[in-house]
Amino acid sequence: MSSSGSKSFSAALKPGLRRAMEALAKQFRGRITRVDAPRPDEVYLDADPVMAGALCSTLYKKHGARLAGVFAEDARTSERAFLVYQIYALDAVGGFVVVRLALPPEDPALASLTSAVPAVNWQEREIQDWFGIRLLGHSNPRRCAMHDDWPPVHPMRKDFDLRATLPPFRGERHKFREVEGEGVFQVPVGPVHAGIIEPGHFLFSVAGEPVLYLQLRLFYVHKGTEKLFESLLIPHGVRLAESISGDSGFAHATAFCHAVERAAGVEIPARARALRTICLELERLYNHVADIGAICTDVAFVTANMHAMRLKERVLRTNEHLTGNRLLRGMACLGGVRFDFDAGRIGALSGLLDELGNEFNDLVEIIRSHSGTRDRLETTGVLSPKVARDLGIVGVAGRASGIDRDMRRDFPHDFYDEVQFTVPVFSEGDVQRRLAVRREEVYQAISIIRQTLNKLPDGPLRTEVREVPPDRVALGFVEGWRGEIFHWVHTAPGNRLARCKVKDPSLQNWPALSEAILGNIIPDFPVVNKSFNLSYSGTDR
Amino acid sequence: MFDILRKSLRTGVVTTRYPAASPEGTCHARGRPEIDWANWKDARTAAAVCPTGAISHVEAGGCRVARLDLAKCVFCGLCADVDDAIRMSTGWEYAVRRRDALAWGARYRLNGDGTHGGLVDGPMTPGVAREGDAAPGASDSIEALGEAIRRRTREIFGRSLHIREVDAGSCNGCEIEIVGLNSPVYDVERFGIRFVASPRHADMLLVTGPVTRNMELALKKTYEATPEPRLVVAVGACGCSGGIFGVNYATRGPVDAVIPVDVYIPGCPPSPNALLHGILKAIGHDISGQIR
Repeated sequence: MSSSGSKSFSAALKPGLRRAMEALAKQFRGRITRVDAPRPDEVYLDADPVMAGALCSTLYKKHGARLAGVFAEDARTSERAFLVYQIYALDAVGGFVVVRLALPPEDPALASLTSAVPAVNWQEREIQDWFGIRLLGHSNPRRCAMHDDWPPVHPMRKDFDLRATLPPFRGERHKFREVEGEGVFQVPVGPVHAGIIEPGHFLFSVAGEPVLYLQLRLFYVHKGTEKLFESLLIPHGVRLAESISGDSGFAHATAFCHAVERAAGVEIPARARALRTICLELERLYNHVADIGAICTDVAFVTANMHAMRLKERVLRTNEHLTGNRLLRGMACLGGVRFDFDAGRIGALSGLLDELGNEFNDLVEIIRSHSGTRDRLETTGVLSPKVARDLGIVGVAGRASGIDRDMRRDFPHDFYDEVQFTVPVFSEGDVQRRLAVRREEVYQAISIIRQTLNKLPDGPLRTEVREVPPDRVALGFVEGWRGEIFHWVHTAPGNRLARCKVKDPSLQNWPALSEAILGNIIPDFPVVNKSFNLSYSGTDR
Repeated sequence: MFDILRKSLRTGVVTTRYPAASPEGTCHARGRPEIDWANWKDARTAAAVCPTGAISHVEAGGCRVARLDLAKCVFCGLCADVDDAIRMSTGWEYAVRRRDALAWGARYRLNGDGTHGGLVDGPMTPGVAREGDAAPGASDSIEALGEAIRRRTREIFGRSLHIREVDAGSCNGCEIEIVGLNSPVYDVERFGIRFVASPRHADMLLVTGPVTRNMELALKKTYEATPEPRLVVAVGACGCSGGIFGVNYATRGPVDAVIPVDVYIPGCPPSPNALLHGILKAIGHDISGQIR
């Protein structure tokens, strides 16, 4: 499986990825100690940690790559090292290069990439908090994933017990950055918010009405999820994945299944791929419709939201008809899906699409005809394409700020290479465009489901996934409704996982909120926040 | 403006008639697992596939005590897939006032191969005898006093209830369904129920979990900020029992590990109808089975 040097890459490797690998191997001769290509679109490079910065720069500048994820693993027992993984997505060639850096077990440290790639700011701090790996030269090395009152533990280390009891939270005195000046005052909000939403703390610094600076304090709902995966049998992990972010349960479970299936080398039956695609689009539908309504509520146009909530309920009831659960829970399983769509269910789904097509048109027209709504949404909460690129913003928020990326098109998974769809992209980056991306994606989702139903293949619902062999690594990915979701697994003996890394798009996108709100007034914060609608639980895990 | 009015008029009333009549379209819902206790041949198969430990068993003295804890159940139906003695119901009225009323158990004699030889006793739930409103014991007992206060609470809140929702660690699944209560389809305001922005305005806390270590203090402070008399309803498998997360370094487990709970609504997540059933139960309107 492994090879070194530049000549013998797996012939199955995607051509574009192979060319990139050959160029890298030539440039970094001797500094890349091992190359693994377990799959045509996934290559692992073991590199000398001192070369990480140069590799990053080359990948970005010469190969159009972007750093889509950074995480660590405690491999002190098996490899006498802490491992840091950097996932580079080569969107143009549809492949991933994963750089693997081995750090010494005592006092591990690595040069931070945050100043070159601001997109990894939070992820590097998370590694620092959870593994005790120092990220040298980080511009803001304060704690991020663990609050300041946490004792000096590193919960993701293997010698830390999942069931350990930590002393109770006493209330932290987090050192926020100070914003001073005449007439500047601070408005703290949360963690318990006014609406029916998740907990987090926001500190606004304002002078008069406009916001000068917004600091976010998240990780209030950290539940030890990644550590918990290591204690579960792999099939039970599917149910845990459903509970990472409630509104993306099916997408997370599917990303997890993809990772395990790729590790096991299992092919998924065509019918299962089609049904997964339908469920992913149903999840997109109910969330997008709900968000469009909620954005209207936040500018006091409640009538539109009432219609949106009615339509969302219609989708949820169809979900229940199709899968037994309104949020599609229980549908995902390793190797395929659990429930088939018989003629009655397909009829119900077609009925939903017909009705929703018309009703959604009406909703769009109501919003369009209401000039007051448009006044509030246009030029509000602007995230410029430049800032979006620097922060590595993904998904809906990225596409509203000129980032033309969609895993469904660039890395087609499940049934997406067998249907036609367009990816809406706008460059203005305001609330109106984030609404517009959702609006267009609702139409695309309806079309994708229709096309899938027209081509629905016959055949089995799932391939049996037996015990997954140990010591395999694989990356699973899905374009959820919010953006790209990654699950990365490293299998262990006994059908368990040595490590499961979960990356929700929210983790990537939260810093965008602090940028988009600058210069806006606090009363517009709810609508700006809602236009991103990021998951706290998906971020905090 | 007139288009908006016309659309509303054309849409008409969309509010569900539940609890006055059967809710629409719930015959496809996957509710709780129902176990044919008398004919349950082997609890081990179902326990092995249960992701949350809702189905569990303990062996002692040639017998096995098999349990189903609805508080932990995520209604996934994996147990029913592998065990003929279990089928998934389509119900939703599962809210109870006592945590232990959600746990059922039965004792079986064991055969040599570990299968069940026969039912020794059960099925039973330790909470079922005490579930309901009847106050146990003498009238001057603390329990009776507590019950009188609770009854008075329900009288006070009977016609107007203000709810503060607290996410103390949930995945946001429960919140999606709680938000649904405000939709025109469920419209909780028809019961005089409103969601409010501050615990100081609230009569009831609707709490989702598992309570994380980082939210424990915020939950306690929210509880203390809520004027008495106050009710607490724990929502979802995680709120009732800690769910698939349980207790770990980052979570404290169920809501009742941190503040006292009046009603438990199991489910993952409980549907708006299930939430409505539990909320009304907490204020003394038991609508269970009214529509059959």
